[in-house]
Amino acid sequence: MTRQMTGAKMVVQALKDQGVDTVFGYPGGAVLPIYDEIFQQNDIRHILVRHEQGAVHAAEGYARSTGKVGVALVTSGPGATNAVTGLTDALLDSIPILVLTGQVPTFMIGSDAFQEADTVGITRPCTKHNWLAKDTDTLAETLHQAFHVAQSGRPGPVLVDIPKDVQFANGTYTAPEKSDTTIYQPETKGDITAINELVEAMEKAERPVFYTGGGVINSGPKASALLRELVEATGIPITSTLMGLGAYPASGENWLGMLGMHGLYEANMAMHDCDLMINIGARFDDRITGLISAFSPNSIKAHIDIDPSSINKVIKADIPIVGDVESVLTDILKVWKARGRTVNRDAIANWQSQISDWRKVECLKYVQEGKVIKPQYALSRLEALTKEHDRYITTEVGQHQMWAAQYLGFEDPNRWMTSGGLGTMGYGFPASIGAQVAHPDSLVINVAGEASWLMNMQEMGTAIQFRLPVKQFILNNERLGMVRQWQELLHGERYSHSWSEALPDFVKLAEAFGAKGIICSDPDDLDDAIMEMINYDGPVIFDCLVEKHENCFPMIPSGKPHNEMLLGEASTQGVIQAGGAVMV
Amino acid sequence: MAALKIKKGSTSHSAYNLRPTFSDEVETHTLAVLVDNEPGVLARVIGLFAGRGYNIESLTVAEVDHTGHMSRITIVTTGTPQVIEQIKAQLGRIVSVHDVHDLTVEGASVERELALFKVSGTGDKRVEALRLADIFRANAVDSTLESFVFELTGTPGKIDAFADLMRPLGLVEVARTGVAALSRGSE
Repeated sequence: MTRQMTGAKMVVQALKDQGVDTVFGYPGGAVLPIYDEIFQQNDIRHILVRHEQGAVHAAEGYARSTGKVGVALVTSGPGATNAVTGLTDALLDSIPILVLTGQVPTFMIGSDAFQEADTVGITRPCTKHNWLAKDTDTLAETLHQAFHVAQSGRPGPVLVDIPKDVQFANGTYTAPEKSDTTIYQPETKGDITAINELVEAMEKAERPVFYTGGGVINSGPKASALLRELVEATGIPITSTLMGLGAYPASGENWLGMLGMHGLYEANMAMHDCDLMINIGARFDDRITGLISAFSPNSIKAHIDIDPSSINKVIKADIPIVGDVESVLTDILKVWKARGRTVNRDAIANWQSQISDWRKVECLKYVQEGKVIKPQYALSRLEALTKEHDRYITTEVGQHQMWAAQYLGFEDPNRWMTSGGLGTMGYGFPASIGAQVAHPDSLVINVAGEASWLMNMQEMGTAIQFRLPVKQFILNNERLGMVRQWQELLHGERYSHSWSEALPDFVKLAEAFGAKGIICSDPDDLDDAIMEMINYDGPVIFDCLVEKHENCFPMIPSGKPHNEMLLGEASTQGVIQAGGAVMV
Repeated sequence: MAALKIKKGSTSHSAYNLRPTFSDEVETHTLAVLVDNEPGVLARVIGLFAGRGYNIESLTVAEVDHTGHMSRITIVTTGTPQVIEQIKAQLGRIVSVHDVHDLTVEGASVERELALFKVSGTGDKRVEALRLADIFRANAVDSTLESFVFELTGTPGKIDAFADLMRPLGLVEVARTGVAALSRGSE
């Protein structure tokens, strides 16, 4: 049966057919026909954001916390350009989102019309793929293809630019199952010879380590379950990137903690000293590798990735496996079991005892004394008081983000939303809104710094309007903490423009929006204040005044290898003289 | 924090000075890229080269299958072996790209380029230009009493050689198509 309808109606129909229940958006001239259709239906909920960047980050938060494609709808020109940061963020973190942009009518394209921008041109390098829909008859198929591309293979952001006349015109609707998706069919099954080679290496390895990333989470919950099975069965220790936290539980006994620039000492030392590194869905980002020429010098490196361009991009893979994590882990387990479930038990026991020695360094130790809250303490208390909750965490970008990754524990995938690749300040608040919309009854907390948080604070209006009880946990040090830290370490303590002056009174700000504001500056009051935040039924801005000059450790300084981490002042006090703070 | 012994002016000031020391031997490769003939597809391909800092020595593009809406882009590029591998992988993941062939490594191939040369001169130089054109099997496609336009097809090396010879004889202008290439044999 062919169905005739307007392009605008097709958009809404295609979203429904794709199972979309929520759209984050902001109206404008070039998308009015679509907004008119949204007005006349009740299946899709529209969340009105206060800035288009917020719409895209909210869609990311929604996508990351559900595994579904997040959808944002914005107008032409400034609406589209405001979406660019979110698109780039989603591209670097492989988050499946669809952004629909309005465009001036086809006959006006190229005339510098009001609110015209070359949207497909601007977004070509920051989307996985994009389309300019010039014809109503092919619009529906394009939308279905967009969903397909966003979530197949390595996920990513896609954009469909829809001129206003295409929205008004009538055309034939194509159902999802009638749409041609053969245009994009990435390989998901790993090469079995390479998988055999990896299993053989696993059987012999004396110091193996799993290094996992966001690819495990993108592959789906089954991939995380298979990973847990493999880790438990082999006893091989596991570390993860920032993006991969939660794929393996933080309470698991083989868990080393996060690795990388602000990763744990034991995780980075294990990476440096291992003889077999099994990279599953991570991409050897520069925050992970440190100095490449000194990166894990004596290991065989296996790399499982669905994107062939990730392999050999930075680090040469000895055993490259292109495929989807779930499929490849299924095959690895099958082969490993069939070959007799062998691992080098004695050697791995030695390896684990070596790791226990590294753990004794207690790289995350801090001293909470006096009347000023240490940010680490604030997060430790947040963890203790919320870990039993059905909890989703988002973050902004900076020191607080790294501390959150270090001090909060994630037991399940899709519970942790952070801007890893692009490092977008202003990501966390709208992302928390997206996560809360998807999980209305869960506790959603955005761990923020005051500077990042201010970048998208207008979304308080969204939180209030849609009764989204998101908790904004702001570690307020009145500084751009990470910038300040780098200036201290690398730029002669010249703190150029890295402090937050003229900050608002966050409690009054919350009240001005109709939310609750809490301020806490005394460590003794912290637990009660956090409980008050959790128990309040509505959005909260929690202004947690913390130590202003705390640095984030451990830290691998840029251009240094993993085994030259800097440990914190607290853990080096009395143990190492000031001159020897560079740990070897 | 001066205790951290990070030297003033050291390269570790930059977070991005982390490039590995891969083999730096630069190779030239000819890539055939089969793409959907749709608006923006060339921009996707050259945008990739510009955005990631890859080189383009020569680029030719035209529709090769009208009914299938397919175009063939032939790119001659240079880079270290690792960069060439990256270029191929990055091209391969563009949604509109169907196939990427590295003609330089996938067996023998033929490469041809067409060029037009405008040579102006009189007397001995004019005679010499015509004689050399004959040797190179170039055709004169336009002539006046003071000039010729020669058409020459051949490998890029042959075209370079002809240009070098024409330069002292009054070469005014050259137009080159860029390389078109196919693998040898029946497949």
